[in-house]
Amino acid sequence: MSLTTKTRGLRAIGAACVAVLIAAALPANAQEAPDAMVKRVSQDVIATIKADPLVQAGNEARIREVIEAKLVPNFDFPRMTALAMGKNWRAASPEQQKRLADEFKTLLVRTYSGALTKYRDEAIDYKPLRMSPADTDVTVRTLVMKSGGQPIQIDYSLTKAADGWKVFDVVIGGVSLVTNYRDEFNEQMKNGGVDGLIKTLSDRNKGVAAK
Amino acid sequence: MKTMPRLIAATALALLAGCAATPSKVDPLEPMNRALYKVHDVLDTNIVKPVAEGYATVVPQFMRTGFANVFNNIDDLFSAVNGLLQGKPEKAGNDLGRVLINTFFGMGGLIDIASDAGIERGNEDFGQTFAVWGIPQGPYLFIPLFGPTTVRDGAGVIVRIAVGPVGYINDVALRNSIYGVGYVDLRSQVLESGSIVDTAALDRYIFIRNAYLQRRRYLIYDGKPPPEPEDE
Repeated sequence: MSLTTKTRGLRAIGAACVAVLIAAALPANAQEAPDAMVKRVSQDVIATIKADPLVQAGNEARIREVIEAKLVPNFDFPRMTALAMGKNWRAASPEQQKRLADEFKTLLVRTYSGALTKYRDEAIDYKPLRMSPADTDVTVRTLVMKSGGQPIQIDYSLTKAADGWKVFDVVIGGVSLVTNYRDEFNEQMKNGGVDGLIKTLSDRNKGVAAK
Repeated sequence: MKTMPRLIAATALALLAGCAATPSKVDPLEPMNRALYKVHDVLDTNIVKPVAEGYATVVPQFMRTGFANVFNNIDDLFSAVNGLLQGKPEKAGNDLGRVLINTFFGMGGLIDIASDAGIERGNEDFGQTFAVWGIPQGPYLFIPLFGPTTVRDGAGVIVRIAVGPVGYINDVALRNSIYGVGYVDLRSQVLESGSIVDTAALDRYIFIRNAYLQRRRYLIYDGKPPPEPEDE
């Protein structure tokens, strides 16, 4: 057996393995319960940031990469943005809606990266989920135990999509992210319309300080 | 250190101003509040925050946790009182149990062993009691060095300070030291949240206002607020 055929053979086996893995992962993902998804993703992110030396050294760009890879695919940013915009969402063109969702996503990823740099081994208690099979919107409740501090309740609102459950709101100690942005977005809309809001969001993402 | 009397005076003044306005909107005093927020921001950035950061750096975590636990233990006692005032005897009993456990087995409240045992804090206060009694929220207020509140919550804080127990300490220096440490400790606990707000907010004033009002609503309904009416 020549070296090339050997390599080819290995490649074929590799490709077959990947195909099997994808085939195995797809139906599992589609059936994965929302609370199981939240738990799997949270544990995955925590394990990754704990094991990554760059993250441990406080490299925010690397933390952002981890979030982009592991968290972002599980979020429904257009729906989040639409909810935060309220009736203003319909005033935006499809192109503006896309830009808004992109900028909002970046802002939330930046915020979340900043928060994750402060993560210190807090234990997370995943509350049992009550849902019926017909539900398309559910809330997964978790309690984050801070050592030497008060536990913080973090709830995730999820919606059922074709490729699994997607988070569309995070409620921290009773404070909904989406609701919190509603007034902010309204205010920006009043001052500069949809384009004004896009500009404010992109300025913030470029590091321009808030008012 | 005469922060507390000044705070009370400032709150009272703001309350008076608040009562004169029509409570139709959540924040009818926004222009005044924004001006006060700016004053607060300057004081906080230049004095309070650096002091709190210094405190968090110099004082070891176990001591800070101990201080916070002592203050929380006193708050838990008032949480029990407010639970009773709101007709929630079970919750009041829970909080009273916490106080007894932490006072007698947790070295006078230094160690929060009740939380370790899984007994959650009730988090009731006079502002929430007033809400349960049907007293309207009144205008939103931003008080420099104190932070976000409403007329109803501000009144609750005044009642809380008036009924003590720190107010009953006759030694002025000791009393003010306790207020001072309590204040700096409280500020040091929210250093991280502050930096998150700096990244997340488009307009920090509005961000803080919404977060505060949402949080209070959540506490008033004991963690199960009814869905908010969509205001178009």
